[in-house]
Amino acid sequence: MSTHPNKNLKTFIVDVFRWNLRGGIGFQLFRLLTLGCIGLGIYAYSFQARFGLSVTGMNDIVSWGFYISNFTFLVGVAAAAVMLILPAYVFHDPNFHRVVIIGEGVAVGALVMCLSFIVVDLGGPLQAWHLIPGIGLFNFPSSILAWDVLVLNGYLLLNGLVPAYILYSHYMGRKANEKLYRPFVFLSIFWAFSIHMVTAFLYQGLPARPFWNNPLMGPRFLASAFAAGPALIALILAVIHSFTSYKIDRSVFNKLRLIIVISAIINLLMLFSEIFKEFYFPTHHSSAAVYLFFGMDGHTSLVPWIWTSVCVNVLATLVLAFNPGKNNPKVLLPACVCLFVAIWMEKGIGLIVPGLIPSPLGEVVDYLPTWVELSVTLGILALGITVVSWLIRAALIIEERYEG
Amino acid sequence: MRTPDNDHENDKDPSCPAESLSGDSSRRAFLKNLSIGAAAAGAALMTGCVPGADAAANGEMRLRWQEFFKKNYRLMTQEEKDATVDRLERLAALNDDLDLQIGSEPPLPKVLYGYAFNITRCEGFMECVTACIKENNLDRKTHTQYIRIFEMEPGQLDPSTGDGKFFHEVPVDNKFYMGTQCFHCENAPCTKACPTKATWKEPDGIVVVDYDWCIGCRYCQAACPYFGRRFNWGKPEIPRDEITTKQHYLGNRLRPVGKMEKCTFCIQRTRKGRLPACVEACPTGSRVFGNLLDPDSEIRYVLKHKKVFRMKEELGTEPKFWYFID
Repeated sequence: MSTHPNKNLKTFIVDVFRWNLRGGIGFQLFRLLTLGCIGLGIYAYSFQARFGLSVTGMNDIVSWGFYISNFTFLVGVAAAAVMLILPAYVFHDPNFHRVVIIGEGVAVGALVMCLSFIVVDLGGPLQAWHLIPGIGLFNFPSSILAWDVLVLNGYLLLNGLVPAYILYSHYMGRKANEKLYRPFVFLSIFWAFSIHMVTAFLYQGLPARPFWNNPLMGPRFLASAFAAGPALIALILAVIHSFTSYKIDRSVFNKLRLIIVISAIINLLMLFSEIFKEFYFPTHHSSAAVYLFFGMDGHTSLVPWIWTSVCVNVLATLVLAFNPGKNNPKVLLPACVCLFVAIWMEKGIGLIVPGLIPSPLGEVVDYLPTWVELSVTLGILALGITVVSWLIRAALIIEERYEG
Repeated sequence: MRTPDNDHENDKDPSCPAESLSGDSSRRAFLKNLSIGAAAAGAALMTGCVPGADAAANGEMRLRWQEFFKKNYRLMTQEEKDATVDRLERLAALNDDLDLQIGSEPPLPKVLYGYAFNITRCEGFMECVTACIKENNLDRKTHTQYIRIFEMEPGQLDPSTGDGKFFHEVPVDNKFYMGTQCFHCENAPCTKACPTKATWKEPDGIVVVDYDWCIGCRYCQAACPYFGRRFNWGKPEIPRDEITTKQHYLGNRLRPVGKMEKCTFCIQRTRKGRLPACVEACPTGSRVFGNLLDPDSEIRYVLKHKKVFRMKEELGTEPKFWYFID
């Protein structure tokens, strides 16, 4: 069966490393940069390991900050891979079939970042083994956080193993057995929705936090994720198209634009619905929204943040919807960047921090991440970028050889 | 702390009190073997015998190892509870030269604790806060306090409208005072939220935290509608001579960094039939604590004869903490 008798699992792994260590000067500089950022993150984390979370900007009132904000946003990015899987495997779109592996690589990178953000946010990371079912003690099904641990790790497994199997088969020069992996692809489609819904339920289920205790939370998470995630994937595809010999069909970008626009419009509609509910007849349940959009008791640190986010979001959505320049990438790619950043601002800090302010007893404080939080975050983002680039580089080389 | 005589005995016969209590499961036997060295090394350190700092450090490592891999408190047998309490006492003696008496008293039979707060009487003196900080070994550096007192305007009943940070002479005319702390809900959102079952409601109604099992995710803190939980962002600092040495595993023992903590109705006192420190310290008698299952208790009298209400009652958390007016 195997056409390359001298290839096996060992040479597969060795080759993946080999391909990733080689490259031009620009590529090596990029590697050095990400490595430097990871180093900075580790250095910053050493302070947290020594002095506890007191080196962060968090306190008893704002007990979740920059880490959980980024975690929440990145769960969406991970879930968005389904927007490539769905057309590729369910609607059998051949162009999407060529790029689906890239989407899955992005999902794996995003999940690695999510899990890292959870770990660095723990006050007792050495006790994290208490979360492992079997040897620890899992509060299942009561705790939504326990659900989240399960769905995130399960999704990581699904999104890692299926592409790994397909790539390994192609590496060995044979066709992957679709009967074998198809059930897992369909499972991962359901699973993608579940990771984002469960993460939304994490907040949505808390009666103590009126800003989060909102039935629109889950659907709105999905809408924003299916806008931001494909926007990021479009950007990555553009980079691959320009810097590698792996060419991506124009129609993929056009279809991605449609997916992004539809999701972004639904997201804005839901945002409007939320704002209407909070401000048409403000009750004390609206106080977090008042703090976020207009400031409270002289604390206004998030006001410019959220308005910037909303304005950029609306602008980017309009550009993507009206499509000036008829699919001109010089117009659409910056719009994708803007949309991605706007949703990151809103689904991260703009969602987590105001949920905790004012406190249940009415205290209003401002939260500002410290250099430790910023550096650790940068380190984790660099780690994620590294993971994604390693996976994609290996995948592209294998796919090109297999197809060629 | 063990006397030198006892320690010499430990050197010869390693069955120290904790180990002699152990059952016969293989896990216990394994732990026992591990702890023999620990006991010997601890003894050597305290008597100043020769084995030296290396062996002592080794013994401490073993104690730490056993502590790290112990079970959730709720799953422990009474023997295992005694063993962990003993290890914690020994570690405190080894590391900080502290003589602690840590208890693991179980809930008293036919007891369900309840608390009532008289908003007519409280005058905002804050004696309760001071007593609580002292009794429960709260971090002095970040001024952690379980009890908050809000100065309220007439006509308001929501503490978020009040002033929780007043620094003036009390009482002030035409203001009233409202204390908040952990309300020990019957239907507690915090215990539901915890992913590792590190916090739960005891049969006597006290909501407790196993500090050694908590992973510090702070989901319970986000879930609490009463701001009843405090986190150890850094290592708690308490002046040495102010440490309350009579402790309970689930109560006022010294908390590690990165763990959640909260009011436990002074579990170390109340399970021995005493009153919580805040109730004892209150100069105006605004605080009433007692057994809800005892028809003759003061708390039952208050609930029956006074006008009582609960905060955020609409959330359905069923706090076991009532406010009342005379």
